[in-house]
Amino acid sequence: MKKLINKPEDFVRESLEGMALAHPDLIKIHLDPNFVYRADAPVQGKVAVISGGGSGHEPMHGGFVGKGMLDAACPGEVFTSPTPDQMFEAAKAVHGGAGVLFIVKNYTGDVMNFEMAAELAHTEGIPVQNILIDDDVAVKDSLYTAGRRGTGTTVLAEKICGAAAEAGYDLKQVADLCRRVNLNGRCMGMALTSCTVPAKGTPTFELGDDEMEIGIGIHGEPGRERMKIKSADEITEMLALAIIEDPAYTRTVREWDMEKGEWVEVELTDEPFREGDQVIAMVNSMGGTPVAELYVVYRKLHEICEKKGLKIVRNLVGAYITSLEMQGVSITLLRVDDEMLRFWDAPVHTPALRWGM
Amino acid sequence: MIVTKDQIVLWLRRVADVLEENKDYLTQLDAAIGDADHGINMDRGFKRVLGQLPKVEDKDIGSILKTTGMALISSVGGAGGPLYGTLFMRAGMAVDGKQELTPEDLVTLLRAAVDGVVQRGKAELGDKTMVDALLPALQAFQKAVEAGEDLDVALERAVAAAEEGMKATIPMLAKKGRASYLGERSIGHQDPGATSSYLILKALLDTVRETT
Repeated sequence: MKKLINKPEDFVRESLEGMALAHPDLIKIHLDPNFVYRADAPVQGKVAVISGGGSGHEPMHGGFVGKGMLDAACPGEVFTSPTPDQMFEAAKAVHGGAGVLFIVKNYTGDVMNFEMAAELAHTEGIPVQNILIDDDVAVKDSLYTAGRRGTGTTVLAEKICGAAAEAGYDLKQVADLCRRVNLNGRCMGMALTSCTVPAKGTPTFELGDDEMEIGIGIHGEPGRERMKIKSADEITEMLALAIIEDPAYTRTVREWDMEKGEWVEVELTDEPFREGDQVIAMVNSMGGTPVAELYVVYRKLHEICEKKGLKIVRNLVGAYITSLEMQGVSITLLRVDDEMLRFWDAPVHTPALRWGM
Repeated sequence: MIVTKDQIVLWLRRVADVLEENKDYLTQLDAAIGDADHGINMDRGFKRVLGQLPKVEDKDIGSILKTTGMALISSVGGAGGPLYGTLFMRAGMAVDGKQELTPEDLVTLLRAAVDGVVQRGKAELGDKTMVDALLPALQAFQKAVEAGEDLDVALERAVAAAEEGMKATIPMLAKKGRASYLGERSIGHQDPGATSSYLILKALLDTVRETT
């Protein structure tokens, strides 16, 4: 294992400490329990948007804390979901009186820890809602699994919902918007190499020099299939078509009933992409793939979208939701309406995303 | 025959030892079908429990178990944190204020604990999870107690059922958690959560045997 770390057990904390030193105008950190929060928190009267998940996906989520995006982010150990006390303490720290939205990626551990956090926030009198992101079209047989995983759409949802909260939307409105973003976003990723969790010291999976794994999540979990490596255009086409041609997807998720104070099951269905749709396209590095290669992918993606009648109205190309040093790419397409686009364009100032201010 | 408060504390300390010894084993099981952190997480969690025990050792069994649950919730992470956290919290709530446990108390404790896990994780028997070890153990224990067997005999049956349930996860297709994404590829591997559940129950039996 070759990494720029001191001790594996200090990695998460030392990275957070460095981040705080680098961006004192934007963020602060709280240790034990760990969370990153807006330097000007709590913002009175604004819905607080909080996310979190395992570390190792940077800049998500800590890099998206700041004006116009997240109020707080709760990093767990590498690839391990954070614990409820982190989210609970973060919620108390950034709650400005208008409630808290938890944006949760659909992984069993994340879902359970955020559900416990919501229960704790509720008992503290903080209005709360959990919205799941489950956009990974690579997961087949979702009826017999924990469902689609939360991947690229998370970044876009955090931007759009953060802007809506900043604009004065109430908790129900921000939650409704977040749910809608999730239902309009689809993502798929692939890996050229594995990655090594510092505490483990060896690669999460083995991948031959001439092999690639298609349909990975963001933790080095196995994907749809392993095959011989192909050209960038062929790989882009495989990912893009899986997303664009993905049929309607129905799932049952648990959301919090704020009045009754209990979980309710909600059935949600999303619609496939159609000719004429306007989309935000994200071409994302899994951590180890250089930007130049991402643009090779974007070039082909642009061509495919044109051919399929999808109009890319905005794009994001870079490393935003990663798996440590893994080489690989994920593509996310989000169908947007005017409201989502307006919030996408709204000013944002965070360590990893900045425009308009 | 009863289980004393001292035995509960000894059990929790033994669990910490057992999980430390089995840290790599559990992590290897998890590497095959999950994300290779179960042993690391459980070891970290019970180290935290060890740190909290001195503060509650002179309280009742309910408080000791609830404190154990809170320590796990705040230190384990992943799915194991909420599941084992809920297990110990509910176990503690079921025996609030008690200084010792009769076999019937233990039935109540185990049932509350297993119900909590099922509610939190929404897993059913056969999904290749810790429920596959816990539920048969609960049923075997309850049956033995109702038949008037001694506590140690009832615990032996519970542990045997847990072991059988744990081994039965090997040919199962995972339907919950990260292993479920493997589909057919999850077949042939023993579930790490069922394994840690077995180890925790076995530690209770060993503690009771050695100290009664």
